[in-house]
Amino acid sequence: MAGSPVIRVRGLVTRFGPQTVHDGLDLDVERGEVLGVVGGSGTGKSVLLKEILGLIDPAAGRIELLGHDTAELDRAERTALQARTGVLFQNGALFSSMTVAENVMLPLKEHTDLAPALVAEVARVKIAMAGLPPDAGTKHPAQLSGGMIKRAGLARALALDPDILFLDEPTAGLDPIGAAAFDTLIQGLQRSLGLTVFMVTHDLDSLTSICDRIAVLVDKKIRVGTLAQHLADPHPWIHDYFHGPRGRAALDAKERNQARRHEEEDARRLAKG
Amino acid sequence: MGLTIRRCSATFQACRPNVPVDVRMRAAEPVAATLAKDGAAKDGARIEAGNDPGLADGGWRIAAAGRWTLEWATAASDALDRAPKPPGAAAVRLDLAQVEALDTVGAYLLNRLAERLGADGHAVSVAGLRPEHSALFDAVRDAGKAPPHPIEREHHPILDMVVRTGQTTVNAAKEILDLVGFLGLVTVTFARLILRPSRLRLTSVLFHIEQTGLNALPILGLLSFLIGVVLAFQGADQLKRFGAELYVVNLLGISVLREIGILMTAIIVAGRSGSAFTAQIGTMKVNQEVDAIGTMGLDPVELLVVPRALALMITLPLLAFYADVMGLFGGAVMAYATLDITFGQFIRQLHSAVGINTVIAGLIKAPVFALVIAMVGCYEGLKVSGSAESVGIMTTKAVVEGIFLVIVIDAVFSVLFSMLGV
Repeated sequence: MAGSPVIRVRGLVTRFGPQTVHDGLDLDVERGEVLGVVGGSGTGKSVLLKEILGLIDPAAGRIELLGHDTAELDRAERTALQARTGVLFQNGALFSSMTVAENVMLPLKEHTDLAPALVAEVARVKIAMAGLPPDAGTKHPAQLSGGMIKRAGLARALALDPDILFLDEPTAGLDPIGAAAFDTLIQGLQRSLGLTVFMVTHDLDSLTSICDRIAVLVDKKIRVGTLAQHLADPHPWIHDYFHGPRGRAALDAKERNQARRHEEEDARRLAKG
Repeated sequence: MGLTIRRCSATFQACRPNVPVDVRMRAAEPVAATLAKDGAAKDGARIEAGNDPGLADGGWRIAAAGRWTLEWATAASDALDRAPKPPGAAAVRLDLAQVEALDTVGAYLLNRLAERLGADGHAVSVAGLRPEHSALFDAVRDAGKAPPHPIEREHHPILDMVVRTGQTTVNAAKEILDLVGFLGLVTVTFARLILRPSRLRLTSVLFHIEQTGLNALPILGLLSFLIGVVLAFQGADQLKRFGAELYVVNLLGISVLREIGILMTAIIVAGRSGSAFTAQIGTMKVNQEVDAIGTMGLDPVELLVVPRALALMITLPLLAFYADVMGLFGGAVMAYATLDITFGQFIRQLHSAVGINTVIAGLIKAPVFALVIAMVGCYEGLKVSGSAESVGIMTTKAVVEGIFLVIVIDAVFSVLFSMLGV
């Protein structure tokens, strides 16, 4: 089991009417990595996410999740597998008729037989781990700001301690400070919970700061590589994406951050030595 | 306190001298066998508590072992509750070296244990935490520090009911005031549009006439026809006893033309179109389209409410007339079938029974009902806030309020007509 990818996509074909979105797409996501998925509008990033989650059936191809072919599962197996994946939708998709705490408690109540008091306590811990203030639990989604809705959605996605966390544009619509804080939060949770993160994003700062590898959807296929590999890729779209003004700015920011960190470490070492 | 603990401790010593007491808990059935993580050993969370052999002066050791994860959480929680308590103010060493797997729930339970022991006055030290678990353990400890949300105060059932009654009354009064205010706003907008008719959205008005009028014809026609049939049948049954079968036409004419035709129409339109208005405007409100209209220097009332109100005020009298005709037709068919009253006889009797006043007394209510239904529908739509749930609540409210007001106003009309002797 160890070493095999948690998500394995082979020969995926997606068609909407006459339009082919994916044509023979292959993708492996390794355990414990943060994969950023980018691509132009209409290249099927969200469609790929929905296909892996089983919300859309592909025209052809195999999708394996944690070693199981999603097409061959029966209902109970599918439910068990879904309990091991957490999803943060783009707009949170919190149930508007429930409070934040009830939203987080719902999967715990449905999939476990924990005592109600323990469920409430675990939900409180998750809400706190997602960086929400304690009183947020009693609020309804309509009373929360955009950033808080994302955090509440993350708390719900993490309710069952999933193996894989799917994020659909987690930082879209957040201010830069909020987005950076959210990146840090995801990175911290990923490290402490040992998550595999599949993140559809347009945020270049997220890509450069927290993603281990980046998957680029071009020409109806996917190209996976590290940031450095993509920087050297001559494909025009990939080149424009990473070498455009915004790409450059994000990379510069990353370099500055790294340089600053190195300086701080050097200073610390000097002070010690 | 000290005594019980010593006794407790002594019992353990008696059972298994010099060996840490093992309160190994076999976890019950897992939550769902399929939920088990890959390679999960099928033994749950265990806890061992006893005197610490490493410490001379009565230290206490609690060792956690196995899988401290969600699927074993209930067993782990029970095991923790049943584990013997450390004596007095003994220092407690929480040994986590045997923990094979740890997730948030497990980390929470162990943290809670440490916290409770600390609160009881024990010095707690955590030992043997595996490096891959330490980040999670710390993260949960930090998250757990946040105070639990305040417990709501005790509720008194009778007092609460009084409070709720008061709130409902005040809200109802506010609602009526708001609705009257909204009526004023719409009236002013109407007046402005009369002064500048070019601003009236004619396309929108025609669209809503089609939606609320033309598309309602089949259902309204069928229901009115059936009501006519039922009225004629019931009336004939009673009037036959007096040999006054022909007067079923009078009964039908008066009741359908004055009351039933228009009331049926208003109720069906309130359910069909009033709710549609609320849902349409409410969804626009959720999508911030209403805000967008406002920021573009346009008037939501002028753009959304007036065309709907105007369209309904045009269509409802027409629909009511159509319902009258269909109701009488249904009655005529039934009269012919059961009483052998021919259509010719029916029409002649109808002429003598009802005058034009009766028809007008029914139809004159139509524009008023139309205004009320449109007003309530649009008002509740504009009051939608934020969520999809709110759209549903407001739509229900619009239908209930619309039908309620229609019947109340109908009663007012009846009183008025009887005073005027119409």
